[in-house]
Amino acid sequence: MDYETISILVRLAWLAGASAFVIGLMRMNSPATARNGNLLSAGGMAVAIAATAIVLLARPTEGGEFNGIGWAIIVVGIAIGGGAGLYTARTVKMTAMPQLVSLFNAVGGGAAALIAIDDYLGLGVAPSPQVNVATVLDIVIGSITFTGSLIASGKLQGLIAGKPIMIPGGRIVTAGLAAITVVGAFYLWAGNLSVPVMLIILAAALIFGVTMVLPIGGADMPVVISLLNSFTGTAVAMAGFVLGNDVLIIAGALVGASGAILTKLMADAMNRSVINIMIGGFGGGEGTVAEAGSGGSVRAIGADDVAIQLAYAQHVIVVPGYGLAVAQAQHAVRELAELLEEKGVDVKYAIHPVAGRMPGHMNVLLAEANVPYPQLKEMEEINPEFERCDVALVVGANDVTNPAARRPGSPVSGMPILDVDKARSIVVIKRSMGRGYAGIDNELYTNPKTGMLFADAKDGLASLTAAVKAL
Amino acid sequence: MSPELLAALTVFVLAILVGFAVISKVPATLHTPLMSGANSIHGIVLVGSMFIAVEATDLASQVLSLVAVAFAAMNVVGGYVVTDRMLQMFKRKPVAPKTVDLPTERAEG
Repeated sequence: MDYETISILVRLAWLAGASAFVIGLMRMNSPATARNGNLLSAGGMAVAIAATAIVLLARPTEGGEFNGIGWAIIVVGIAIGGGAGLYTARTVKMTAMPQLVSLFNAVGGGAAALIAIDDYLGLGVAPSPQVNVATVLDIVIGSITFTGSLIASGKLQGLIAGKPIMIPGGRIVTAGLAAITVVGAFYLWAGNLSVPVMLIILAAALIFGVTMVLPIGGADMPVVISLLNSFTGTAVAMAGFVLGNDVLIIAGALVGASGAILTKLMADAMNRSVINIMIGGFGGGEGTVAEAGSGGSVRAIGADDVAIQLAYAQHVIVVPGYGLAVAQAQHAVRELAELLEEKGVDVKYAIHPVAGRMPGHMNVLLAEANVPYPQLKEMEEINPEFERCDVALVVGANDVTNPAARRPGSPVSGMPILDVDKARSIVVIKRSMGRGYAGIDNELYTNPKTGMLFADAKDGLASLTAAVKAL
Repeated sequence: MSPELLAALTVFVLAILVGFAVISKVPATLHTPLMSGANSIHGIVLVGSMFIAVEATDLASQVLSLVAVAFAAMNVVGGYVVTDRMLQMFKRKPVAPKTVDLPTERAEG
């Protein structure tokens, strides 16, 4: 087969790969077909990469010599990167999964930026303005998402403080970096070939990524990661323009656009606007002064009392939250629920759209603990049922249960909440009276119907299970 | 504007429109896996990294392309595997009677 034919076949294989990405994403819109969609997408990726290897092997090289070092780079690079990806993806605890996704996003953006940097360094003359635009955009966007995603990942992992970090004059620094990037970009677009200017843009974009994400609170990280994911898609599309490769353009643009929509959906679920989040500072609680204990006293309750309430209830709704995720208590909660079901208690789980660390994260954690999927109820579905429920057991959830959200004037105002306060009796397992991300007191805790079981989510649930067994 | 660039721009714009259309009413449950799935797709940057690697002749290019290939491969492999792990958990378990609820050995983590 001659090179021309191979080249055409490879382009067709790329087209098939790109189609698999589109169909795969569509299938990931619904739980029933999601896994299959992801596998289809992975298959498309395998085809696209194999086709690339074939076309690179078949390509007539200048002087006819085989670039052995180049191929060694590919093989070694794939072995190292693929191995690291495989190992981390298989061993990560499901609670730490969001930061891993952010890390994968960082390296994707980094790779896109490196392609443009390499391309730029190899230029002998200034390229046509159109290609130049793509190159510079690729460097800028790729670098921002590289450092930005690393910071987001570090915040979720706890390596960097999750609370918004305000650098003195940070806004000015960020604006200055943006200005440097824009001026440098226009200088290069004007047809100047300058490696030092490219490096200055690169440095400014890398630091910009850091200063952009640092002031944003940990609670908003999911939206930030999703936005950076969309950025990486755009950077990859730009890399496609640099290299003149359609499959990069299609896949990159696809992720850029779908990622943007997804970011908006996530922000909507938290009743936040993307712009607000990027401006940062919500979690700081500076503007809202709420004195602890202002709403009345808190009633502490012991595990034995709670066990009796639960065992003799008919309907129990478990409200799992972030505290359950950090305490890795998903298995403990399932054990308690199974025990109660044996006693004839009807147990359901109320899943707030942003419970856990990311939208949908709580479902993943509970599914990992073998909680039957039909017991997981989304907010709209479960809210009317709280009135009929005997005990609502809140495990490490805070802001998503705060009735203050129904009134204006609070940082959580307007956020959709679970109507836990409508239950006949409420038990909250919580380590202390600490505040949630919003930095305000939860009126639910001072509700006369509420008993507070002060314990770590896992220990508290274990003691409840033991107490129910002992009845 | 060259014909090649025009063609590339056409593809780019249409792919953006497809991207907007492809995400419809997604239940919040799937937001995280969907983001992770989209994250793996931009691992296609591995294709680009392979192109610069075979053309790398000087040391700078070789180092840059090695890092690019490794980064992109991590994005692809890790992204798909972690997404699959998440989605694996959504499989509907048969509503088995409690007595045959065999404790399946699950690797931790």
